[in-house]
This record gives sequence, C-alpha cells and structure tokens, in this order.
Amino acid sequence: MTPLLQVERLGKQYRLPRQRLLGAAHYVQALDEVSFTLQAGRSLGVVGESGSGKSTLARLVTALETPTSGIVRFEGRDLHALPAGELRRARAGFQMVFQDPFGSLDPRQTVARIVGEPMEAQARSSAVERRERAGEMLAAVGLRTADLDKYPHEFSGGQRQRIAIARALVTQPLLIVADEPVSALDVSVQAQVLNLMQDLQERFGLSYLFISHDPAVVDLVCDDVIVLYQGRVVESGPADRLLRDPEHDYTRRLLAAAAGAVPHPTRS
Amino acid sequence: MSAAEPQREAGAPATSAAEPLLQVRDLRVTLDTPRGRADALRGVSFTLRRGDTVGLIGESGCGKSLTGLALMGLLPEGAEVAGSMRFDGREMVGLAEDEWCRLRGDRMSMVFQEPMTALYPLNPDGRQIAEPLLLHLRMDSRAARAEALRLLERVRMPQAARRLDAWPHQLSGGQRQRVLIAIALACNPALLVADEPTTALDATLQREVLQLIGGLVHECGMALLLISHDLGVMAENVDRTMVMYGGTVVEAGPTAGVFARLAHPYTRGLFAARPRLGLPRGTRLPTIPGRVPELADLPHGCPFADRCDRVTPECRAAPPAPVPVAGDDDHVARCIHLDASMAPTRRDEADA
Repeated sequence: MTPLLQVERLGKQYRLPRQRLLGAAHYVQALDEVSFTLQAGRSLGVVGESGSGKSTLARLVTALETPTSGIVRFEGRDLHALPAGELRRARAGFQMVFQDPFGSLDPRQTVARIVGEPMEAQARSSAVERRERAGEMLAAVGLRTADLDKYPHEFSGGQRQRIAIARALVTQPLLIVADEPVSALDVSVQAQVLNLMQDLQERFGLSYLFISHDPAVVDLVCDDVIVLYQGRVVESGPADRLLRDPEHDYTRRLLAAAAGAVPHPTRS
Repeated sequence: MSAAEPQREAGAPATSAAEPLLQVRDLRVTLDTPRGRADALRGVSFTLRRGDTVGLIGESGCGKSLTGLALMGLLPEGAEVAGSMRFDGREMVGLAEDEWCRLRGDRMSMVFQEPMTALYPLNPDGRQIAEPLLLHLRMDSRAARAEALRLLERVRMPQAARRLDAWPHQLSGGQRQRVLIAIALACNPALLVADEPTTALDATLQREVLQLIGGLVHECGMALLLISHDLGVMAENVDRTMVMYGGTVVEAGPTAGVFARLAHPYTRGLFAARPRLGLPRGTRLPTIPGRVPELADLPHGCPFADRCDRVTPECRAAPPAPVPVAGDDDHVARCIHLDASMAPTRRDEADA
C-alpha cells in the first residue's frame, strides 16, 4: 500500500544575509537528509528544540517552501514536482494548523470566510456550500453555527485554535500538519484542544504530523516519533519505546529537561 | 522634592526592618471593558519580604498580569485602583505619574513576556541597558556604557562586549530576554516582577533563563514576583505559590505544600489537565469545563462556581474567605468545600 506521506532525504538550505557587500554568502543547513514514512491513520510526532528544523520540515511537507534536495511524496506523488494547478488541488489532502492562534487568522474576515477559504482555493464550490460546510466544521470542533458571522477578535485563544482546526478540516484532508498547535494555550485549554484533536482523528480517520517541543504532548497523540537535532533525525521509533527508553544522548537530554519541569503532586 | 533619593543597595531597608518590602492589601482594580466597567482584581492581598520568591499562577484572564502591572503603576488608561500597596514603607496607590517614573526601573522593575517586542528596535542594546543608569543614577555616558557591559556579562550574554553595539534584531529570543533582564537589573531594584519571562522561549532555554533570574535574585537579595501559567516553572523556581482565578488569589502557600495538597478545585483541575509522559496513547485529558469567564460575567460568589464540579448553592452566596488548608495557617484556599475537594487524595498530614 502506498504510504500517505513519504519523505526521502529531505534537505533545506537557507542563505544568510551577507556580512559584507562583496563577501561570499553563508548558508545554514536547516534540514539535512531527513527521511520518514507515515502510513494513513497513524500519527507522527516531531520533537526537538527551536532551531532544530521542525518548522522547516512542516513547511516543506506542506509545500509552502521548496526543498534544496530530497523528495516529499503525498499519496505517492512528488509534491514539489507537481504543476501549480495540480499542487493546488492536491492541497485539499493536507492542511496545516499553526502555533499562534492570534497571528494565523485574518482579523478582517469573518469566521465563515476564514473557515471556507481553503474550499474557495479548490475552485469548485458555491458560497452557500462553503458557508454550510464551514458551519458543519465549526460544529465538529465544538463551536456554534452562530459563530460564522463573528470576527476572530471575539474569540479566546483556545476558540481561535478551534477555528484554525475547522479551517484545516474543511477540505476533508487525510493529513494535518500541526506546528506546535497547543503551545500558546493555557493548561486547561491545551487539554481541551488535545482531546478535540484526538476525537477528530477517530471521527475522520486523520493522520497528524505533530510538531511539539513537549514530549508529553507527543506521547499522548502520536504513534511514532522522530527526534530532530540541528536539522538531522537523531532518533526515530514508536513513541512508547523512544520516550521511555531513549537511545540517543540528545533525546535523553530533551526528556530530562521536560521531566525536570513536571511537578510531582503526589510527593508528600 | 518630597521623594527621597532612592537607596542604591537593594538589601538596605528604607524603613524599619519589621516592615516587609511590599505589602499588598485588598487590592482592587476596575477596568473599562467593551461591556462597561468591570472588577478585574477583587481584593488581592500578599506580602513580599526581601529575598522572597513568589509565583503567581493561573490561566489568561485571571488577573496575573494585571497584578504585576498594578505594582508597576502601568495599568491601562481608565483603570481605578483601590486598596493598598505599600512598597518600601510608602503607599503606592494614588502616586503621581512622575513619582512612578522615579520608582520604576530603579527600585522596582519588570521583565515582560515578549522579548521580540519589548526592546526598542532603533537603539543598540548597550544604549537601552544604559538608559536607566543615565536616568536614575545620573551616570555619565562612559560610566553607563562600562556598567552596561558589566550587566551583560552578569546575565551571561555570550560575547558581551560585541553585543553592546548590536541591534535587537541581531539577537535571538534568548539573547533578547537576557538584555531585558540586564535592563531590569541595572539599578539594582529591590523588587523584580517577571511576567511570563520564558513563555516565548523553548524548553531548554527556559530553564537556563529562569535559573539566571533565580541566581541573580538570590545574589542581590531582591524579592521576585514570577508570573507564569506553567506549573513546572513554579515548582522549580519559587518558594511560595499563589493561584489566581477571577481576580482573586484562590490558593496560596509554600510551593511544595500547594503542589502536594492541591486544595482548591481550580488548582486541582489545572494539574489534572497537564499531559504527562507515559499516558497511554489516545487518553483523553481531564479538563475544566467551560472557560475563564469574561470579567463582566464573573459570578457574584466564588468566581470558580460555574466551572466547579463541587458547586453548591452556598458557593454562589458570597465570595469565600480564605481557609487554612490541613490545619496549616501558612497555606490557605478560598473554598467552602475544602475538606470535600481534598477528600479523594487526603494525605496523612491532614490532622484535622
């Protein structure tokens, strides 16, 4: 069976600003030889500290940027080799949820417009259809149809993230790439959104590529994990094994940093 | 000039040794909201002595930041303050703006959440650190520059001498937060308010910056009010923890005690909602139903009543008074069902 997402030896270089006018430009290797496979219905967690290449990976997988080397196959098709029109249609299959629920929603558009927009980009729907479907998606994420005519500022951070998830769901994707989707949220709201994401996965058979700096969050949502360090995959495997019994030194340090920050209420 | 020239030594008391550095009593703040005036802080009281480290925890909209801003005289326009904030033997409620200006950045300072926007983009770092030195200590610019370098070294900025002339946009988030800490510490304040100082930084950096703040606070004998929504941050960095909800402190006590007993249902809810390593895949986390109400919608009695699973009609009658937890006067919670809320995991030290 063709895997849902197959990433082969993916690499991305960014050019740094020149230090001097005529000096040679410097490059930073943000991602280097990253490979993994994600089967439909499963979820893959990507952990690592900031600067490790997590968000670069997300942008390459969703074809928001082009890789310097390597291939991203979505349902067997090389995304970065697709003509623009086909790529746009293929985008119905994968959507993204960003970290910042304040910056990722256009403040001047109504919720109906925001949630319906990915359908509009697919160019095969009427306004009435879009509105109806946006309403369904709002209901699926626990908001009300009456919220369709409101603007983003009328919602709390957790509700905005629900709107962003509704927008991601509206094209009935198979894959959702979520880049730190709960990091900006308060503890109890974070729990609500994590629960929602798991409910939606069961209901729609979604796969998540779930990026987080918090191993506990990844452990909850993901079957498999890859650990990124300076743009390279240093360790990968099933979440149960990798997060309990890490082999790589960097993974151990990452887990120790996270464990140290967890209070132990059961202590006497 | 009625304002006394500020003390240079953070440790030197301006008043009798018996009076704490900061005493907040029944602090109330009302704000203009789109739905009319609303009570944002509803009787907050606490005390900070020199060397104390106190954490303020709760969700957004609970009044944590507002408490910090009130202490700094930085409340939004139209805010009305009642109650008392005695700092250094002096009442701060009702201070004129020029008096606040003399205090801020000198005797007290604040580190903000957003290192990306808190620095002025058009001045090099060295000049921003020197500003409070020029303003409050009346140093000349050479002395201020030398002191700015010393401060950058103190906050362990890599290649400090080079960073003096760097611009904010050339620094990473962690480095900017170090510059902000250097600015806050420049005049050796007696009180440091740190409002989510590491929320914008990633996990490994977070610990480093918090340890830096903790070390400096300890070295200088400052008092620290650390505001955070992160329970892990509190557990590691402060001696006392106050849990805020709906503009009141619903639970307060030594950090170890608060974390061990989780007396208030809200504190308990916050802890339960945290994902922990090792939970089976697909576990649904226990959540607190509903969300933090808007100020105008806060219930009359216990602010948590609408989201609490132990609510009874009595909860809505009047705001609950603080009750000692497990017979410990140092640990209090505002809940009339304290025994019931603690019952399932009541520990042996509860001798009541």
